[in-house]
Amino acid sequence: MEQQPIELILTRRWAALLAMPVWVMDVDGNLVFYNEPAEALVGARFDEVGPIHASELAKRFETTALDGEPIPNEDLPIVVALREWAPSHMELRARALDGAWRLLAITAVPIVGHDAKLLGALAAFWEHR
Amino acid sequence: MRITLWGTRGSRGGGSETYRYGSHTSCVEVAGSDGTTLVLDAGSGLRRLGDAATGSWDRVDLLLSHLHVDHVEGLAAFLPGLDADVEVSVRGPATATSHFSTRIARYLSPPLFPVRLRDLRRVHLADATSEPFRIGCFTVRAEFVIHAGPTVGFRIDDDAGPSLAYLPDHEPALGAERFPMHPTWTSGFALADGVDVLIHDAQLTAAEYAVRRGTGHCAIDDALVFAELSGVRRLVTFHHDHDDAELDRIHHDARHAHPWSFELVPGRAGATLEVA
Repeated sequence: MEQQPIELILTRRWAALLAMPVWVMDVDGNLVFYNEPAEALVGARFDEVGPIHASELAKRFETTALDGEPIPNEDLPIVVALREWAPSHMELRARALDGAWRLLAITAVPIVGHDAKLLGALAAFWEHR
Repeated sequence: MRITLWGTRGSRGGGSETYRYGSHTSCVEVAGSDGTTLVLDAGSGLRRLGDAATGSWDRVDLLLSHLHVDHVEGLAAFLPGLDADVEVSVRGPATATSHFSTRIARYLSPPLFPVRLRDLRRVHLADATSEPFRIGCFTVRAEFVIHAGPTVGFRIDDDAGPSLAYLPDHEPALGAERFPMHPTWTSGFALADGVDVLIHDAQLTAAEYAVRRGTGHCAIDDALVFAELSGVRRLVTFHHDHDDAELDRIHHDARHAHPWSFELVPGRAGATLEVA
């Protein structure tokens, strides 16, 4: 059985203590953890659905720019953070599993571990009400 | 594989009140099926090992889990006592910005140590890596684990079959929503998975851990659960910080707390374990 890198384990444990929504992605873009505040955005409890494969994420979440135009998947902050090893920020509209549209600000940061190895990314969300 | 415990105490050494469990800090000798010898950590127990073995080897391979004093304090007495022709290899954790050689040189240099490491011609320093590396009959792998500062644990597999995981300073329950978590999300699991012998931090009682969370050390209750999760055959408790009488009681309670699937071995300095 594979163990996650210690950097991701500690990121998950830190995220679990936060009151703001946080996603933890692995290096392949799979959503390997989201905390309780993020459950409202995902529309499901992490304990119930577990990790979400990268290919499933795009199907489960509909996103548009603030003007309603679709956002190409490759422009989404998490994808940019993993591709370019750089932080990325965006404001967008998103509809998750519960069907509600939300206005969100998302900041994604790559997680670079020892030996300068890319291990994943974390994304923090702010909801504009 | 033969495992000899030369020092099992943590943080601070002991005295007459720790006669049976020992008073020296972390040091473990591992002898392999082809005669290869590894030394895990260089606490004050290393000096006892050095006294016992002087002249009987031509090479020493030291693996350091981290650079806290109780894991390196034996080096200053051990290295100068070796014969000049003994090859010494020392591996330990690097950080994101410093190789192990740079980090250890800060300790082993004047004014703390009279000689600079670069002047000891037969001492070779290298980073302990997660890429497996070979030392004689052993395949060794290092992985970062949860402790205070950059700290690795080691997994050592003998070509003849026996395996050992060494996690002397480890706080796997830190920040966990519940412990144990799934093995995928458990620090140290990749090292301990299915080993014959797990040497693991068991410094604290559960009551002590409740008020010392985040110090990088493990409650014996969590060490037991971690061993069960990892499917090990034997758990050797390590990094003691209690006197003999307290340790007897702690191990008695631990042994009777649950029908564990492994053998619980109190880590006593001087003890030798044969692993087939």
